[in-house]
Amino acid sequence: MIDAAYTDDPEARSAARRHIVNRVVIYGVLSLFAVVYLLPLFVVVFNSFRDLPDIAQRGLIAFPRSFSFRAWGEAWSTFCINGTCEGMRRNFFNSLWMTVPATILSTLLGAMNGYVLSKWRFRGSDILFTCMLFGVFMPGQLALMPWAFILGKIGLANSTLGLILVHCVQGIAFTTLFCRNFFVGIPDDLIKAARIDGAGFWRIFFKIVLPLAPPILIVTVIWQFTGIWNEFLYGVVFTSGKAQPITAALLALSANQTSVHNYDVMSAGVLIGALPPLLVYFFGGKYFVRGLTAGAIK
Amino acid sequence: MATLTIRNVRKSYGAVEVLKGVNIAARDGEFVALVGPSGCGKSTLLAMIAGLEKITDGEIWIGDRMVNSVPPKDRDIAMVFQSYALYPTMTVRENITFGMESRRVPKAEQDAAVARVAALLQIEPLLKRKPGQLSGGQRQRVAMGRALVRDPALFLFDEPLSNLDAKLRVEMRTEIKKLHNRVGKSTVYVTHDQVEAMTLASRIAVMYKGELQQFDEPSVIYGKPANLFVAGFMGSPAMNFIAAETVATAEGTAVAFSLGGESATLGLHGESARIAPGRSVIVGIRPEHIFRDSEDLRRAKRGIATLTAPVEVVEPTGSETIAVLKFGEREVTGRFDPDTAPRMGERLVLGIDMAHACLFDPTTERLL
Repeated sequence: MIDAAYTDDPEARSAARRHIVNRVVIYGVLSLFAVVYLLPLFVVVFNSFRDLPDIAQRGLIAFPRSFSFRAWGEAWSTFCINGTCEGMRRNFFNSLWMTVPATILSTLLGAMNGYVLSKWRFRGSDILFTCMLFGVFMPGQLALMPWAFILGKIGLANSTLGLILVHCVQGIAFTTLFCRNFFVGIPDDLIKAARIDGAGFWRIFFKIVLPLAPPILIVTVIWQFTGIWNEFLYGVVFTSGKAQPITAALLALSANQTSVHNYDVMSAGVLIGALPPLLVYFFGGKYFVRGLTAGAIK
Repeated sequence: MATLTIRNVRKSYGAVEVLKGVNIAARDGEFVALVGPSGCGKSTLLAMIAGLEKITDGEIWIGDRMVNSVPPKDRDIAMVFQSYALYPTMTVRENITFGMESRRVPKAEQDAAVARVAALLQIEPLLKRKPGQLSGGQRQRVAMGRALVRDPALFLFDEPLSNLDAKLRVEMRTEIKKLHNRVGKSTVYVTHDQVEAMTLASRIAVMYKGELQQFDEPSVIYGKPANLFVAGFMGSPAMNFIAAETVATAEGTAVAFSLGGESATLGLHGESARIAPGRSVIVGIRPEHIFRDSEDLRRAKRGIATLTAPVEVVEPTGSETIAVLKFGEREVTGRFDPDTAPRMGERLVLGIDMAHACLFDPTTERLL
């Protein structure tokens, strides 16, 4: 920072002034963008606590003059969607029972794939890895028809179990990519030392590789959790009614409107649907960045 | 207790042959150093002894058991890696016991083994730490502890000292030598550092381009190198090589050469004097066999031949002084006592101890 003793020097004084002006401009611009980005969130949060008449009279974008939790309660347990008046509670838990197992399973499978593709290479393993990478770039809608066919054949259509299967398989490409690239950085000498020490494939995985993996496992879990939770297309295509995940239910909720727009309930519903990924980012975000930039331990 | 026999071992990666039929037979308790420049195949050979690499052709025997298809864990070996390869998430104690855990050694036995090894290597205070909290020298000790605790038939070392700083390297070298004297187990030690090989090994295997150049005791490797490569690789500064011709003189056979207008004739002494005159040779003279010529020198040593050359560069190291002299267009390196060391610009009369000179065939490059 600028020392007071140097302020006699006109050069130093003008440099100090420029410094302050720079800071003001930078923070001003950053604050402006932050407000623009956060505005929708504020609007939704405010509206979820406003009375319907308040919204109707003064429009969607206004400071609240009323305050109640009524809309949250309604959205959670009594609001009528698709003719059933149970709120979004059931759909919320559908999403939870879909997201948690699919996240854990796809992360574990990705970790194992990454372990094999980086530390137990075999003839053609690099080609296999390249093929798996196609899954990263392939648009999800390409798989709609095959999945519809498969889910129908094995009797998992319109069920959370079916969605777990779909998300596990669709997620493996990403989780494998993440884990493989992280494990490549683990020195091969560790694996060799463990082999001489008498450890086999699984013991090396569980005792040596996995304990080194938390940085990338956190990244993978956050990525998968938010991705699967927010996923909409498969949810709306493969399930209906009571079996739908929350993203699909949100669509039904907005399509349900007849004459009155229940903006308060919709706002609360949107927030209920957005809360888990927000919490995951809130608590895990710093690990996410750290894990993405971390190399393996030398 | 185990011998190690390597019989005509080959290794190819596709069309590239990295080992071209290596034969080594190490006696029980022997310390064998595999030495050579980068890419000579020494680390590959070690990995094959360990079972980490498949053998393309040939046989490897540990004791009276052929181990070609035996997995690493069943070969009764222990290995110390250049990178130490300590498991980063485990404490020092867990690092040392990991192998015993894998082999389901009873807990009490494990504790006794850890205590024994920790005392031997003086690492008791470190047992609860993680590798990340250790210095390079301490990691090195832990890596050795992990190998020692197994009490194997054969120890394998893969350039274990090359990540340490110079001072520590010398200390650990002595440690390893002491340890081997005490434990007395057969050891194969890969290094590119010829000083390590010379100081540690009971026999040295010099490798180059996938072939074994010479396998013998350090004194023989140094004094009677089998070929030009071994002669040039072992010893620092390197041996001086001069193309010459053998001639008959009144005193017996000598080597004559002329370089850039300067010519000299050096009388041979000892074994090399039996070589017939009239053939071209390469003369190899080690820097420490070049002296400042004096009456005392001639009284102390027989077979001194003289050569006059101007001094180009003088490099004092403290204990000795390396001087580069210019003979014709040829640089000759000498290693002198600091008290009698040449000075810059001096035109020095050299006394060369020809009893230690090596003669090589210029076409086969083998020792004559």
